Amino acid sequence: MTTIDTRPDAADSAVDGAVGGSALVPFFVGVAAWVTTTDHKRIGRLYASAGLVALLVTAVLGLMLGIERAGDGAVLEPNALLQIFQAYRVGLVFAVVIPLGLGLAIAAVPLQLGARSIAFPRLALTGFYAWLGGLSLTMAALGRNGGIGGGDRQAVELFLVGHGLMILGLLASAGCVATSVLTTRAPGMTMRRVPLFAWSALVGALGMLLALPVVFGVVVYAFLDHRYAQLNFGGAEGIGLWLGWAFSVPAVVVYALPAVGVAAELMPVTFRSRQALRGVAFAGIALVGVTALAATTQQYVFDVTIDTDGTTFLEGAVPFLVFAGLPLLGILVVIGLGGLTAGTGLAAGRPRITAPFVFSFLGLGMVVVGVVGNFAIGITDLELIGTVAEEGATLYVVYGAALAVIGGLLFWAPKLWGRTVPDTQALPLALVGVAGTVLAALPLYVAGFLDQAGGVPASDADVAALIDLGGVDQGALWNTLSLLGHGLMGLTVVAVVGLMAKTFTGAGAAAADNPFGAHTIEWSTSSPAPAHNFEHLPTVASPEPLFDTVLEGSTS
Amino acid sequence: MSTAPLALPPAARPAPRRQVFMATALGCAAGTMMIGGMLAIWVLLRERVVDSGGRFPVDYIIPEVASNVMLMTIWALCLFAQWAVYSGTRGDRAHAALALIVTALMAVAFINGQAYVYATMGVEIDADYYGALFYAVTGAMTAIVIAGLVYTAVAAFRVLGGRLRETEILSAHALYWYFAAVAYSAVWFVVYVTK
Repeated sequence: MTTIDTRPDAADSAVDGAVGGSALVPFFVGVAAWVTTTDHKRIGRLYASAGLVALLVTAVLGLMLGIERAGDGAVLEPNALLQIFQAYRVGLVFAVVIPLGLGLAIAAVPLQLGARSIAFPRLALTGFYAWLGGLSLTMAALGRNGGIGGGDRQAVELFLVGHGLMILGLLASAGCVATSVLTTRAPGMTMRRVPLFAWSALVGALGMLLALPVVFGVVVYAFLDHRYAQLNFGGAEGIGLWLGWAFSVPAVVVYALPAVGVAAELMPVTFRSRQALRGVAFAGIALVGVTALAATTQQYVFDVTIDTDGTTFLEGAVPFLVFAGLPLLGILVVIGLGGLTAGTGLAAGRPRITAPFVFSFLGLGMVVVGVVGNFAIGITDLELIGTVAEEGATLYVVYGAALAVIGGLLFWAPKLWGRTVPDTQALPLALVGVAGTVLAALPLYVAGFLDQAGGVPASDADVAALIDLGGVDQGALWNTLSLLGHGLMGLTVVAVVGLMAKTFTGAGAAAADNPFGAHTIEWSTSSPAPAHNFEHLPTVASPEPLFDTVLEGSTS
Repeated sequence: MSTAPLALPPAARPAPRRQVFMATALGCAAGTMMIGGMLAIWVLLRERVVDSGGRFPVDYIIPEVASNVMLMTIWALCLFAQWAVYSGTRGDRAHAALALIVTALMAVAFINGQAYVYATMGVEIDADYYGALFYAVTGAMTAIVIAGLVYTAVAAFRVLGGRLRETEILSAHALYWYFAAVAYSAVWFVVYVTK
């Protein structure tokens, strides 16, 4: 252990004990323990909590914009629409899908690896605060008429500074996750034995480490150009052309990778079976990571048409299939192998369908529909580029990933805060969340085919085009359905957070060490996991050590 | 629901797994993407200017001697960083410290060279399309070198503090400088050679 790699400080444990023992312990002591914590479980929960709050706010923004669209621009203050649209799009990506996935990874991955701590816990915490600070600056800038195409020059620059700070923070935390998977695995846990969620977290973190620095470089350019010259990037409005790809598919798919991992992790647990063709599942998850390259290379500019001659088609189709097809193939491989695993399990006995599984599996389904949408947008004959279908695909991916991550939080709740969230209360919320996602996103696919304009607006003219449904057949209907979906998603988040908060405060029975009959080593430690995760370093002799130990009575 | 005891056999303490080295490698990969992305945008914008009949880099004269010396400096710097690794592995504190000090001096020399280039070229950041691009790319590169200088200082403190046998940080530090040298080589070729 280096001097930088610090195990969770003793203060956390001491304060935990004090809080449990006396109600007179000052509130600020508990707060101080949280804000200065080096316990990865707490850092992950900080990220996830902020992400859930942001998800609620973003759903409300989506609801408001839906009202504006369906009502033909008569509800919100026209001068604020540009900023509200951007807050919504920035929020979906930088405030929701990235922190939720990253937070769950920070909280759960070290446990899965058998590590006592995440690598560089102070850096991970610093990353959280940098991200939170950057997000606050970004939103403050939007509130001051900043952002892309904003009218206040200083606020536009503050928007860019906020983005730079957010990216640096996310990179720091992602680096900690990747380093943990690569260096802190328990004895015997080779890379082939790493749990599927930890693998997806590694691929997702590497994808972020490859994609986000490119965004950072653009931010540096855009800031200097906007501040001094305004010649290369088209001033405030031009920033959208260079930065817009970061708020959309395919970039968001790489941020949703932990969601794929949660579903893959829960499939064998639910069906009480070993993961079928584990190596192929690893390859499938890695293929989804190709979207990092798709994002940075802007693959959609390749002109892929259906009705052209063979040579032209091949020139466009090959890069298109590499960048848009491989991620789709990867997710389908994961789902297919999940089906094989389920089949094996069903032959041996009844599955145990739990709320975490339903959340994660249906969430993954939503992500798949989003990736299919991304694939379709690239086919120019469909004429979906520049339409609201792109927003629909982004929503499918972001909301789907959020549902899957919520499933992960419910799954690892026993290790993170020592309580199990009741299935009977949580399971219906998964169905409401999926209904919300479908309602929010599917009508936008339809509206995209009907040529409703979309994209990240960079000017008031863009906003006017976004809310103009004049040429869209039954445009008000599709946008009304979409706003209802946002509303349902918001209700789902409120209910899930309420349920979790209820168990945070100690309601309900304490969770057993392995309440789900899961297979990986984090379930061998107590619930909740102690600050240093394990009383002793466990030895791992297979990818599913607890499956061997408990269900088969073998340690081989 | 399983409530059976789930104890797995305890393991011996695992060998150190070079966390600092791995994190540095990941940071270098991220830095490579940043510089690569910035240079790609540079090339794209340069192409647009040239295609539209403009001059790139306007009428500025690039001090090639200084930029070439900076290139040699940063590669020589890698040699000294590697010397520190070699000395650390052999337990030779004096030479490890000397190598790190020279590494730091070379980094300062590089920064000085960059300052000389700025002063000689006299590029005005707000005068034309070239200024903001030039300062963005070279400024990012200088920031990378300054970060490396801080890294050298941290490594030196650890070596001088008696943790000489922990050569991981020295290896990671050397890796960082290799990355910086490759990054500057790309910047040198795009910004100062092809212009």
